[in-house]
Amino acid sequence: MDLLIFQVPILMVQASLDGALLGILFALIAYGMALQWGVMNIINIAQGEMVILGGYIAYTMYVMGIHPAYGVIVSPIIMYFIGWLLYKLVINRVVDRDLFISILATFGISILTQQLMNFIFGADVVVAQSNFGTTLLFDGMVTLPNAKIFSALISIIFATGLVLYMKKSKLGRAIRATSQNARAAKILGVDTERVYATTFGINAALCGVAGALISITFTLHPYVGLPYTVRSFMIVIIAGLGNLPGVALSGMGLGVFEEFSDYILGTEFRVGSVFTLLVLILVYRRFRLSRKREYLE
Amino acid sequence: MVSTGYCCSSGIGSSGKRAIDKLKINHDYGGGKMLKIFRKTLVATLAVVALMATTVAQARVDGNTITLGAAVSETGKYSTNGKHTRNGYNLAVKRINEMGGVTVGGKSYKFKITYYDDESNSGRAAQLAERLIKQDGVKYMLGPYSSGLTKAIAPVTEENKIPMVEANGASRSLFTKGYKYLFAVLSAANQYLEVAIDLAVEKNGGKPVKIAMAFEQDAFSQDVRLGIVEAAERTGSKIIIDDKLPKELNDMAATLAKVRATRPDVLVVSGHSKGALTAIRQISEMKVDVPMLAMTHCDASKLAKQHGKKSEYALCAAQWHKSLSYSDRFFGDGKKFDSDFTNEYGYAPPYQAAESAAALLVWKAAFERANSFDTKKVRDALALTDMQTFYGNIKFSNAGQNIAKPMVLFQVRCEGNKCENKVVAPTKWASAELVHPIPKWSDR
Amino acid sequence: MKRNNLILYGALLVFGLMAPFLFPAFKLQISFMWILVILALTWDVQGGQMGYNTFGNILFFGIGMYICASTQIGLFFPLEEWTASGGEKTFLHTPSQYFLGLSAGLVLAGIVPVIVAALIGYGILGLRGHYFAICTLGLGIAAGELAGGIEIIGAGQGMTAPPWPKGIGDTEFRSEFFYFLTFITMLATFTFLRWAYQKRFGLVLNAIRDNEDKAEAMGIHTMRYKILGWMVSAFFLGIAGGLVGNMVGYIEPTEIAFTGATYGVFMILMAILGGKGTLWGPVIGAMVFHIFKEGFWTFFLGWQYVALGVLIVVIVIFFPEGIMGWLREKFPERFGEVIDEADRKAQVVLK
Repeated sequence: MDLLIFQVPILMVQASLDGALLGILFALIAYGMALQWGVMNIINIAQGEMVILGGYIAYTMYVMGIHPAYGVIVSPIIMYFIGWLLYKLVINRVVDRDLFISILATFGISILTQQLMNFIFGADVVVAQSNFGTTLLFDGMVTLPNAKIFSALISIIFATGLVLYMKKSKLGRAIRATSQNARAAKILGVDTERVYATTFGINAALCGVAGALISITFTLHPYVGLPYTVRSFMIVIIAGLGNLPGVALSGMGLGVFEEFSDYILGTEFRVGSVFTLLVLILVYRRFRLSRKREYLE
Repeated sequence: MVSTGYCCSSGIGSSGKRAIDKLKINHDYGGGKMLKIFRKTLVATLAVVALMATTVAQARVDGNTITLGAAVSETGKYSTNGKHTRNGYNLAVKRINEMGGVTVGGKSYKFKITYYDDESNSGRAAQLAERLIKQDGVKYMLGPYSSGLTKAIAPVTEENKIPMVEANGASRSLFTKGYKYLFAVLSAANQYLEVAIDLAVEKNGGKPVKIAMAFEQDAFSQDVRLGIVEAAERTGSKIIIDDKLPKELNDMAATLAKVRATRPDVLVVSGHSKGALTAIRQISEMKVDVPMLAMTHCDASKLAKQHGKKSEYALCAAQWHKSLSYSDRFFGDGKKFDSDFTNEYGYAPPYQAAESAAALLVWKAAFERANSFDTKKVRDALALTDMQTFYGNIKFSNAGQNIAKPMVLFQVRCEGNKCENKVVAPTKWASAELVHPIPKWSDR
Repeated sequence: MKRNNLILYGALLVFGLMAPFLFPAFKLQISFMWILVILALTWDVQGGQMGYNTFGNILFFGIGMYICASTQIGLFFPLEEWTASGGEKTFLHTPSQYFLGLSAGLVLAGIVPVIVAALIGYGILGLRGHYFAICTLGLGIAAGELAGGIEIIGAGQGMTAPPWPKGIGDTEFRSEFFYFLTFITMLATFTFLRWAYQKRFGLVLNAIRDNEDKAEAMGIHTMRYKILGWMVSAFFLGIAGGLVGNMVGYIEPTEIAFTGATYGVFMILMAILGGKGTLWGPVIGAMVFHIFKEGFWTFFLGWQYVALGVLIVVIVIFFPEGIMGWLREKFPERFGEVIDEADRKAQVVLK
């Protein structure tokens, strides 16, 4: 227990802002997860690896001398095709099967991807430099890296774009129709195969954006994908399936919770407390739901 | 003749009928007839096991090669440093073999290393050590990367009385267990950064300092922490922040914000390559001002190259630096090793590579002095090692720890946009004066 | 048929008993194979028989490991000093202390996880489907991370299990000793499950898998059975954990004890590979998987994860029913799937 944060309240501002910026980035990844989960009933364990792969694309640009921020444009385009290919190769075979099968199949993809990234991009931990500078608030007591602000803005832009796309475009409507009832959609002439492939591609593209942002805000290594996968899980579960605005909120909530638990419980319990929270939320949900059932009776 | 046993299967013709048959499935968990099928599976399984058993080699000195065994991380979170370790081993093997190999009993032998990938997982490392010794018949071991993995392997080699020269397990607890077959060419982890605390106290006019520290939750980093705790006690310094970073560490904003609020004199961070890169990234982004920043793994993570000017003035602990004035006949001096290694692998050798290469030199010398392949005799010869290599002097204490070599501290210094590691302590090799305190971010 | 059964069981038993002497170099390797068999068998109680796909059974494995080692040490020496400074101090167990400690440790390693399972079971087993899967995933990861923050069990530094006492045989004897302990534990797990699946317990678990609501409507206290099933898994997993801790000799929170990313996933894969929901499936799956995996590690150095990844994808896409399921499909009559000729004809006529 560390009570420093209560003695120096300005730290709360720092923690909240850090957490919110971190959370928005997580939420972007969770958006993709929520989308594919809702539409295809797939839980993608390789989500984190797709993020890291997107990051490496941006990093490769950085090495070639292009500013990594352009990665948010290039990386999703490449990732869209990778996602589409992955769908055609593997995912389409597990899409109407048990959810558990998809979890295992994507787990296989995830360790495969890790290893391939290790071969292609090397085993070094790498960072890309954005040189965006820092915003100082409260006389330098609160600092916000511009790279994080940039990544939050980009995340918001892409998330809003996605919501609009789903609402307005023809394919977006088809995706939503498929998620509501795949069979009915098929009968009404929706090419569900194409919808699925697109959905998975969009998810991969979102991961690509997130990865490019992570390359300038955190570090990249072939084996660090898992935390992003599990956090996006949590965010989707807390928000509830099919609740896209909820994803943004719960993402930020999670980020803030993590930062505060860092200050109060100590950094060593950061991950532990996040997952304990996950378990508690689920168990709480269950008791609430079961009470509801009793009322009905 | 139609046997009665046949009657049931004859009823099944087309697959269309089978769907109906399934309705009548009679689950038989006790085994029953299904066991027949498995017999085949089982026999196949046993055959494979038997096949594996026959591949066991007996002695590990066949013809004119001496095989050393090593489980080094090729995958997982230590893959970066595992690569440095492997490259160091390989370069030394190549060099020694080129220069005549190892002479035992008047005959020349070549070194060869059998590698396994321990996946950065200590459980796996222990299993692989057992496998190298028992199945592959390896009689001489090289260490893995990281203290945690060495800790997992040491009990195995010790029990089987297989000598191991390790170059990357610095945890002090390795040397208090009375291991007789473990030899480490590097200084213990607790010595990594205590010099930094002494320096800070010295620069503070001999008065105690306030220390903030953040260490990853793994055996090595926690051992570095113990060294700091002891140094703090010795100098009467106060530890005001003592954070343990999770292994999936990516974000240490909270620790750094606390540092800004409490204004310590020294900030100590250790968390392998990822920790070093994350720390510099966030310190520079959050503009955290501390008079002294001490870290580990700066050269392994190519800090100066990746972060450039942002990493300037970071103080780093290292087992070795190319400017040290040691030499041997295989690699010449540190500068020569540096250029040879760079030619071979395309990047400058971090100390992890240098110490790994030194481990092979120790092996060669020990074999020649023992003039035998008997593990007991080789072990005794190892224990009496007292030599100089390009990497430093090597002489083992009774516990197998190298006591003849000091740690060095270097500081990242930049000229224009080119940043380099310059030795600042011990003064004997110092190529630059320590800059203290670190200029504030607003002045940089 | 009975006779064949006996021969097979007998042959297996003989193989198990003779293996350490036939393949002395592979003792540890085969011990780990038995451990994997236990992991797959106990996972199958939930995943296969009950239809609850858990990712968190590794929790009990880790708890067992820590409890066993702590008991072994704590009975005779101050645990705090043992783990202080990354385990710098060493205390030596006398042979009697060692074996007393080990037996007490293994008993507790079985009991404590059972209690934990009973306590958390009501909350967690009420979840269904993927919520259950993810909740248990969280449980496993959280446990590892929390254990990494607890000082008395060595935190991130890990702790060492007591070394083998001096004067009791050599290292060969030690490996044989642990080999037989793992083999006996595996046999006990198998025999117990085989017995339990034939009782009402097994039927209820299957009923829960097939339709939990209907089972409940028929008056079965499904929750009780679900918790009971979890306790059974926890018991054997805990003991397996205690044994692994001693065999490896060094306990690390996230890499050896709560290894969600390796053993935690392997147990599922093995059960699926062999055929979930069958008694023999997990056994075969674990053996095949272990041999395959060890093969990869030798011949595909550096590529083993690529190979493993491809293997996983292929298994779940093309053989979701596993080896046993495939065999059953192929040779239904050999699995005692009796085809009632009259009934079949009647159905055809109905059509």
